[in-house]
Amino acid sequence: MTAITDPPADGFKLSMLINDTRYRGLTFQFVALILLIVMMAFLGMNLVRNLAAAGLNISYGFLGEPAGYDINQTLIDYTSQSTHLRAAMVGLLNTLLVAFMACITATILGVIAGVLRLSPNWLVRKLMSVYVEAFRNVPVLIWILIIGTIVTISGANPRDFLTRGGSVEPQSELFLGMFAFTNRGFYSPALDLGPGWIVVLIALIAGIVGAVAWRWHVRRTLYNSGRLLPSWPTWVILIAPVVLAQLVLGAISLSLPDVESNNFNIQGGILIGKPLIALWLALSVYTGAFIAENVRAGILAVSKGQTEAAASLGLRPKRIMNLVVLPQALRVIIPPLISQFLNITKNSSLAIAVGYADITATLGGITLNQTGRAIETVLLLMLFYLIISLLISAVMNVYNATVALKER
Amino acid sequence: MSDTHAQTVGYVRETFIPEQAPPHAVTGPVKWLRENLFPSWFYGILTIVSVLFIFYVLSIFLPWLTGGVWDAANIRECREIFAGDSAGCFAVLTERWHQLLFGFSYPQHAYWRPTLALILLAVAVAPVLFSNLPRGMLAFTALYPFIAFYLVWGGTILIPLVALAGVIGGYLVYAQLVDRSLVGGLIAGVVAAAVIWWLGGFVTAEMPNLLALEAVPSRDMGGFMLNMILGVVCVSLSLPIGILLALGRQSSLPIIKWICVVFIEFVRGVPLITLLFVANVVLAYFLPPGTNFDLILRVIIMITLFASAYIAEVIRGGLAALPRGQYEAADSLGLDYAQSMRLIILPQALKISIPGIVNVAVGLFKDTTLVSIISMFDLVGMIRGPILASTDWNGVYWELFGFAALLFFVVCYGISQYSQWLERKLATDHR
Repeated sequence: MTAITDPPADGFKLSMLINDTRYRGLTFQFVALILLIVMMAFLGMNLVRNLAAAGLNISYGFLGEPAGYDINQTLIDYTSQSTHLRAAMVGLLNTLLVAFMACITATILGVIAGVLRLSPNWLVRKLMSVYVEAFRNVPVLIWILIIGTIVTISGANPRDFLTRGGSVEPQSELFLGMFAFTNRGFYSPALDLGPGWIVVLIALIAGIVGAVAWRWHVRRTLYNSGRLLPSWPTWVILIAPVVLAQLVLGAISLSLPDVESNNFNIQGGILIGKPLIALWLALSVYTGAFIAENVRAGILAVSKGQTEAAASLGLRPKRIMNLVVLPQALRVIIPPLISQFLNITKNSSLAIAVGYADITATLGGITLNQTGRAIETVLLLMLFYLIISLLISAVMNVYNATVALKER
Repeated sequence: MSDTHAQTVGYVRETFIPEQAPPHAVTGPVKWLRENLFPSWFYGILTIVSVLFIFYVLSIFLPWLTGGVWDAANIRECREIFAGDSAGCFAVLTERWHQLLFGFSYPQHAYWRPTLALILLAVAVAPVLFSNLPRGMLAFTALYPFIAFYLVWGGTILIPLVALAGVIGGYLVYAQLVDRSLVGGLIAGVVAAAVIWWLGGFVTAEMPNLLALEAVPSRDMGGFMLNMILGVVCVSLSLPIGILLALGRQSSLPIIKWICVVFIEFVRGVPLITLLFVANVVLAYFLPPGTNFDLILRVIIMITLFASAYIAEVIRGGLAALPRGQYEAADSLGLDYAQSMRLIILPQALKISIPGIVNVAVGLFKDTTLVSIISMFDLVGMIRGPILASTDWNGVYWELFGFAALLFFVVCYGISQYSQWLERKLATDHR
């Protein structure tokens, strides 16, 4: 039998499109493309016919019309006379706000719980497993509703804090003279930016830059000469300029919640609404349980030999953690951590359950119901979440590429 | 050497000293306490704080649980019975359990049907989950969807029978042709099934009452039953779609790969709630005029698409984890793409991805509660809507939410424990 290295070079036959592996791929792709186009055309035709039958069209003109509804918590100026677009912007910023806050607290909670799950203390270990299992195995919507209810029924009446111009002894005192948790929300002092605040800001930035530069210098000295410089100047460089600028200029002052001037409600300060608090807490605690598992897995993934090898080199426990274990654990922890951040952003769309005005509640809720523009609003909504997700995964891919093990 | 040694050793004991009990500090409960609760002052403080915390929680929770009222007509009666104590008003569960579990429109005398379907589900799923059970039970697993449909939705037995006949007919035709060509076999199988279903439609129309159970329309499904239906149906439907998507994403054909990537990344990039909005208000625009789908069916479609994208990513991980040699070995045996996937690659890749698939399934089951946002009355929707809004039970939050959380916890914790057990069983590395 002779070995045939090349197939016979006779002419192209139509049956080769099915039977020859060289051409079959093309056939399949062509068929798939045709099917896709047919399906799209079918859906598109249905859409056109349905819209025509209902006397509707696709138009984003409604975004320019006045929204006509109020939003209880806004980061930018908004009244019920503002446009639907403005309402959507408010919702968008609210989504980003709660997602950002929840990402920070969930990470802190998750790291603490994850480390404590590995602690030698039996009781703490068990307590943390109860926390993790309880939150991982119950739907986030139920947790949002439970925590929403807790937040709603707790807190004193704002009137209990009022002194009515000093005439009445208040039933409750402001915590540290500046915070109050009431049944309307959480009052905290606002930052009042006086003249010269820009100088303070510049001082802050200069401090950060200086601290980073000092760290860089410390590292370079260590690597070049083996001499370890002290780390306390980092903090001095970081804090001193901004404190000095503030002391000299007095540019930034706190405006405390005012319990004296008004007889019915607390004035001034920043009011963080209850829906925001409820959603923020719920997302943090829920996602914290997931992050705890990621952190635990990451620490366990660093093999014991690494710690022992570092110890045999004479490194002290804190150094071992910082120089050997953490860098390797972070490589395992960060990718799932970022996808948890993504989950927080997506889960924040459940804000509607506690009445927080995120983009799903404004654009996908009230605006949709008022204008009846279902296709347009849902499309915009998906686009927004899609952009955030793609941005975050782009960041993740860059990070993965930088920390990936360089082998072969 | 030995001489000097013999001289220097003055005394050699010839009997053992009797063993002494170890000091108290290194044995028994004391040792355990020292090692586990007070290894250092920091952990000692943590222990004390934890004990205080547990005591505080229990001091609130236990009286609430044990002092609970199980028999009352509404919350005002509950409050009269408490007389000022803070205790649980569990009467809401005894009075509304049927709404919580089955929704408010499912006929009460037919509750045995979904219950039986749930029990049979356990029997059907068992051989899939535990590989040491007799393989013959898989036949029942294959029959289960038709039985469950008949039990839960009711109607004539002919509908599931015709569906079953179509599937069997299609499979037989496929099995005849698969050796010659996979694609040809698939197409012929689908055509055969469609023909049988089309013919069966006439038979069903002739005898709509043969062995009929009382028909229950989909909109009457509710409560925890709805969560179970959505969870089970969507997970099982999304598995095959997920496998196809994963294979498509790994494929070397650019157009197919591109279609799969766009679909997967799009679905994974948006929250489930927006897809449910699509099911609720948008999907109808894309269907032919005059078709009127059930909301529950539209929701099943969207959740299935959602889950299949996540499952596809899990399976892609499994495919990527297989050593390259497996693919090359399959090629070197002369298997074509379909054969090598079916016989070599997928069995191994799916085995690796089972824990991931189970995680997706748990997450999906939890996410079925989101349908309450588009005003379907699943367990959460039932609690937030009809029960908390009624004048009888307005304000009974903890008992209801606690009950819902407990139901989900039992199911999800069970599944995740199974997944961990499976992971240990499948682990072949000895670390």
